[in-house]
Amino acid sequence: MHVSREELDKKAKAILEEYENKDISPRQRAQIPLQEMPAQDPQVRVTNMEEVALGYTENQVRAEALRCLQCKNKPCIKGCPVGIDIPAFIAAAAKGEHAQALSIIKESSSLPAICGRVCPQESQCQLYCTVGKVLKDVEQSVSIGRIERYVSDYARENKCETMPKVAPETGKRVAVVGTGPAGISAAMDLRRRGHTVVMFEALHKAGGVLVYGIPEFRLPKKIVEHELQNLKDMGVTIRRNYLVGKTRKISDIMGKDGFDAVFVGSGAGLPRFMGIEGENYVGVFSANEYLTRSNLMKAYAVGDALTPLFDSKKVAVFGGGNVAMDAARTAKRLGAEEVSIIYRRTDIEMPARREEVAHAKEEGVKFLYLHAPLEITANEKGRVNGVSLIECELGEPDASGRRSPVEIPGSEKMFDCDTVIIAIGNTSNPLIKATTDGIEVNRWGNFIVNDETCETTLKGVYAGGDIVLGAATVILAMGQGRKAAKAMNEYLLTK
Amino acid sequence: MNKILSKQRLSQEVFRMSIHAPEIAEARSPGQFIILQMGGDFGERIPLTIADADAEEGSITLIFQAVGETTHRLALLEVGDSIENLLGPLGTPTDIKKYGKVVCVGGGIGVAPLFPIVEGMKRAGNEVKVIMGARNESLLIMEEEMRATADEVIVVTDDGSYGRKALVTEPLKELCEEWKPDCVVIIGPPIMMKFAALTTKPFGIHTIVSLNTIMIDGTGMCGGCRVNIGGETKFACVDGPEFDGHLVDWDNLLLRLGTYKPQEEVAHHRCHIGLEIPEGDA
Repeated sequence: MHVSREELDKKAKAILEEYENKDISPRQRAQIPLQEMPAQDPQVRVTNMEEVALGYTENQVRAEALRCLQCKNKPCIKGCPVGIDIPAFIAAAAKGEHAQALSIIKESSSLPAICGRVCPQESQCQLYCTVGKVLKDVEQSVSIGRIERYVSDYARENKCETMPKVAPETGKRVAVVGTGPAGISAAMDLRRRGHTVVMFEALHKAGGVLVYGIPEFRLPKKIVEHELQNLKDMGVTIRRNYLVGKTRKISDIMGKDGFDAVFVGSGAGLPRFMGIEGENYVGVFSANEYLTRSNLMKAYAVGDALTPLFDSKKVAVFGGGNVAMDAARTAKRLGAEEVSIIYRRTDIEMPARREEVAHAKEEGVKFLYLHAPLEITANEKGRVNGVSLIECELGEPDASGRRSPVEIPGSEKMFDCDTVIIAIGNTSNPLIKATTDGIEVNRWGNFIVNDETCETTLKGVYAGGDIVLGAATVILAMGQGRKAAKAMNEYLLTK
Repeated sequence: MNKILSKQRLSQEVFRMSIHAPEIAEARSPGQFIILQMGGDFGERIPLTIADADAEEGSITLIFQAVGETTHRLALLEVGDSIENLLGPLGTPTDIKKYGKVVCVGGGIGVAPLFPIVEGMKRAGNEVKVIMGARNESLLIMEEEMRATADEVIVVTDDGSYGRKALVTEPLKELCEEWKPDCVVIIGPPIMMKFAALTTKPFGIHTIVSLNTIMIDGTGMCGGCRVNIGGETKFACVDGPEFDGHLVDWDNLLLRLGTYKPQEEVAHHRCHIGLEIPEGDA
């Protein structure tokens, strides 16, 4: 049953009246009910592209912050890839000091408004939360991400963000390749240290996966634009329509153009396909293509956008990660009558954020577990008309620690659909490797870097994010960007 | 930023533009392409092959046919206007080297991207014969340039309004039989490339084709441009756009090119109402 933001706010207000500014025991704190995230009504939101999660109200954020036990050993911090002082910012939020809370977060993270929305908190900070442990349910942990989002949005909307200070110019010049989360965080930290920073973006819009991949309904683009504007205000130059490796090679950027160091955060931009028959039929898309059409090219605005959309009635999405959820939910919004996520394992093995899975289900996306595709079939015009599937059961755990799917012989069946979206991950784009001598990659094509410094095998060239990690998360990419920036700063000052 | 330096109308629907793009001019090689985007948030990204470049002047030349909404809008720009977004050079360059005897076959607008390859092949020491075809005389472009560069130029039109009345495959077959080229390069509409490649196949002549598929980013990220090459999936944007013409699955290519046909018909209608290109020097 959908509960409105007003009702949730009323309940939160009652909690505050009972507990706020009182001496309450940890036991009582853990008993305060978790504040649900207000959301657009599922019936309504499948007809628009606007953000689904509406964000806490002021009463809710303070009520949720009251649930934090302020543990002495701060277990949540070890779950955060960038080590944010979580109890400290929650304490500030509890007092309504949101600008202060944001300053605490920004000591460790450059993109809180984004991470508050897209981090998989249940497998990071919230996994270690004592409240969740006491209540024996990780979904009952303190909603750290939602509080992070609130204070970031509050500071942005009320214009009380503290802008990072830029140190006096060092005269050193750094090129940042890619304007996604890794590049943004590296650029921000390098600029703070007084270096000249030029970012290079291949597409006509900056933001990387935050713009072409993650849909508007999950991450409004105005938030990404705001972060990019902050970078520009600090003096960072962003050059769009510039494909490093093609427009110019890294050797020329460091030679002819005189950059002292390069950070490569070019992402994992090469979609994986399943390697089955029929993958090139009309109506088969990589999730990258499907999402890029809708997000970057605004194809959802039929009539205004020149980029066309495929007319889908029945859609099959393969994969179980956030990208699969994004693609399925986008397909729903673009008017598909029936959308199914087909996954080889079961619900609990799906790597997607829990909230995205829940939202997808609320929006009517169907889930077919324990099925793997064998072949995509098409009609006489080469247009997709179905997928042949085989049932699976779970066997022994594989390298990822998840139980691996084992096909059951003789269980083949046909699944009718007119569109297939493949969301089984990306591999590294080989473009920079292919045009740069001295950069070594592993067998998946990911750049080999020093764990401590993120330096590649080519001196002065550093890398982070998906080009190093394979397909990972925004926060991990950001963490690497910051780590690399720290090492690059030291390198530049001694150079 | 990507200012238009010159503009000429080569035929009713075909335009030549030279555009300020110093980095692309310096980096590009024959066979490579650019992607441009205009019209703000809602514009589409379209690939166009680079027809020529002048690194000293810092310019590239594009030759395009006004067929869709974006090329129509492009045709309406004048000298001094700018193209909002221009990315390149993309794709891998043509494998230009000394083969010996080379036939370059261009169909329609495909003659434009063929020209730098003809030049390159000549410079590499090849003897080069060119076959260029069009539906009719008014659609023929760059004949003079070709004649000034190639050793021999054969012109064909579908309706016989100029040159020989034939499809490009006829003289191509004759050259394969009599002149025995070592390499054939074909650029044109996909259906023409298919049949031209089928023509050279029995002779076992190395045949290069340039595929103009549906693309979005042009960097390998979306995979919309994938093609079957000898049973393997390749991305035209990064692995191509040029491939061995004898290994291309032409039928699949043609099907994939028709992915958005219903939507394109609506859009084409729209751009012909709103964007009349005034008559100029053709």
